[in-house]
Amino acid sequence: MKTILGKVYVVRDDIDTDQIIPAQYLNLVPTIPEEYIKLGSYALCGLPDGYPPFVAQGATRSDYALVIAGRNFGCGSSREHAPIALGAAGIKAVVAESYARIFFRNAISTGELYPFETPQRLCDLFKTGDEVEIDIDGARITRVQTGEHYRLKELGAVAPVVEAGGIFAYARKSGIIS
Amino acid sequence: MTMTVTEKILAKAAGMRHVQPGDNIWVGVDILLTHDVCGPGTIGVFEREFGAKARVWNRDKVVIIPDHYIFTADEKAHRNVDTLRTFVKEQGLPNFYDPGTPSYKGVCHVALPEGGHVRPGEVIFGTDSHTCTHGALGAFASGIGNTDAGFILGTGKLLIKVPKTMRFRVNGVVPDYVMAKDIILRIIGDIGFDGASYCAMEFTGPAIHQLSIEERMTICNMAIEAGGKNGIIEADEKTFAYVRARTDKPFEAVYGDPDAHVESERVYDAATLEPCVAEPHVPSNYALCRERTDVQLDRAYIGSCTGGKITDFIAAARLLNGHTVRIPTFLVPATAEVAEALFTEQVGGKSLVQLFADAGCEEIAPPSCAACLGGPLDTYGRTHGNEAVISTTNRNFLGRMGSKQSRIYLASPLSVAASAITGHITDPREFM
Repeated sequence: MKTILGKVYVVRDDIDTDQIIPAQYLNLVPTIPEEYIKLGSYALCGLPDGYPPFVAQGATRSDYALVIAGRNFGCGSSREHAPIALGAAGIKAVVAESYARIFFRNAISTGELYPFETPQRLCDLFKTGDEVEIDIDGARITRVQTGEHYRLKELGAVAPVVEAGGIFAYARKSGIIS
Repeated sequence: MTMTVTEKILAKAAGMRHVQPGDNIWVGVDILLTHDVCGPGTIGVFEREFGAKARVWNRDKVVIIPDHYIFTADEKAHRNVDTLRTFVKEQGLPNFYDPGTPSYKGVCHVALPEGGHVRPGEVIFGTDSHTCTHGALGAFASGIGNTDAGFILGTGKLLIKVPKTMRFRVNGVVPDYVMAKDIILRIIGDIGFDGASYCAMEFTGPAIHQLSIEERMTICNMAIEAGGKNGIIEADEKTFAYVRARTDKPFEAVYGDPDAHVESERVYDAATLEPCVAEPHVPSNYALCRERTDVQLDRAYIGSCTGGKITDFIAAARLLNGHTVRIPTFLVPATAEVAEALFTEQVGGKSLVQLFADAGCEEIAPPSCAACLGGPLDTYGRTHGNEAVISTTNRNFLGRMGSKQSRIYLASPLSVAASAITGHITDPREFM
């Protein structure tokens, strides 16, 4: 059973890509390794004041392993820097009610994170810092402390692409490209 | 089996007789657009995956238009443009519009059609969400990430899902105080910020075809602000005139079947539309200008792919003629062609450049994306405090123009100009 275990960071609806990675940092090129790391350090720094820090001052990675969101996560720009910044910060999966199309696709193409959808509004049920476990194949999220769990939508064909590390790695592994 | 215009273009590009929403198909790409912000990462993916010696699939179909971070001291921004230059040289790419040279154009979504790279019936992908602009000329156009763009650079193909079509029909005649921006903000206000997620937004009806190509671009440009995969307006004589003036490349316009199935259809009467704003911090936050006159403003901004075209400046000039602005008013022409036209186009016997100077606007900035998306700290027009800005741009997200404390109100060039005169949100009819 493939699982993701860790603390969750909870946000709400319409988290746009400017909040995930503000345009000021788009001078960083994700395929340059040190700039990839740097993108992680700025992940979610565009959130409104009042949110706890997602990445601690001076750190490059987040203490959180997952993000739970409401509707329309990743709306706005096509900047691939957005799923990359989250992935570089250490986020393994996002669980949202729905995604903006381009973010969802970029998350899969890059293999940076599993973009789970949930029929329930989990951002109302979990709070930042909760310890959770996601069963990837079983499409289920569990609150570690109490054992209560919620079904996620099956990822289907998406899961093996993310697991392989993105669309190119998957295509090679499965013989689509050489 | 009948198909919409979007489905027909995709079927053609996939070499299939018929496609339907939900089908996953491989399409051949006619144009791949990239810029300075996503180009270097796209090239990075291409070289990592296809090898340092790989060649792009088709040199003529790659168009590189640096536009985001051009007039800045930021060293990485300059390095990124240099990365594009090196790649263009290595690959021998003919379609590159290099900053600091006479070929420089400016904002890619205005520059691409200006350069004759947008043709009806074709498939365009770009590493920018506002690539949907180009549907205004009857093409399928959509934004993608660096990895997908790197894949296209190597193969000329992309696997995509055929979107459902949502149709928006605007009947009647557009009043002179209503602009394309008012039409699309109303639609987004009605369907919501994610109201067209994964869908094609097809705009049709006599009022849409009454609009100039530039105004149609404003509408399709903002399809993404409702989550749309593409925006599209079928080609007509205006489209052909625009395209033929800019390229002699052959193209074949594509039209949907009249009885094609659409997911939904909304019908508007243009006569009932009114000047409006989108209030902070989402583009669906619709309000009428005349009901928000209590909102005091610190700044007005006219620019970007949405609102920095020559038609946008002419509209603003008509309203500003003979008046003086009360708040700093920033003018950023989208492209060099627009900037030149500000000298040649006249309103009331004055060049636009003269008219804006007489009205007390800030000095006209060189063409680029500028403050539309904030950017490096020294970006022209960027917000740094708690400014309230009324702007012809496309996004009013938190922090979008730089500062998280500033508030952005999206509006048409006419409404921005009227509000610049009074210093608060103002319906342009007050000056018409």
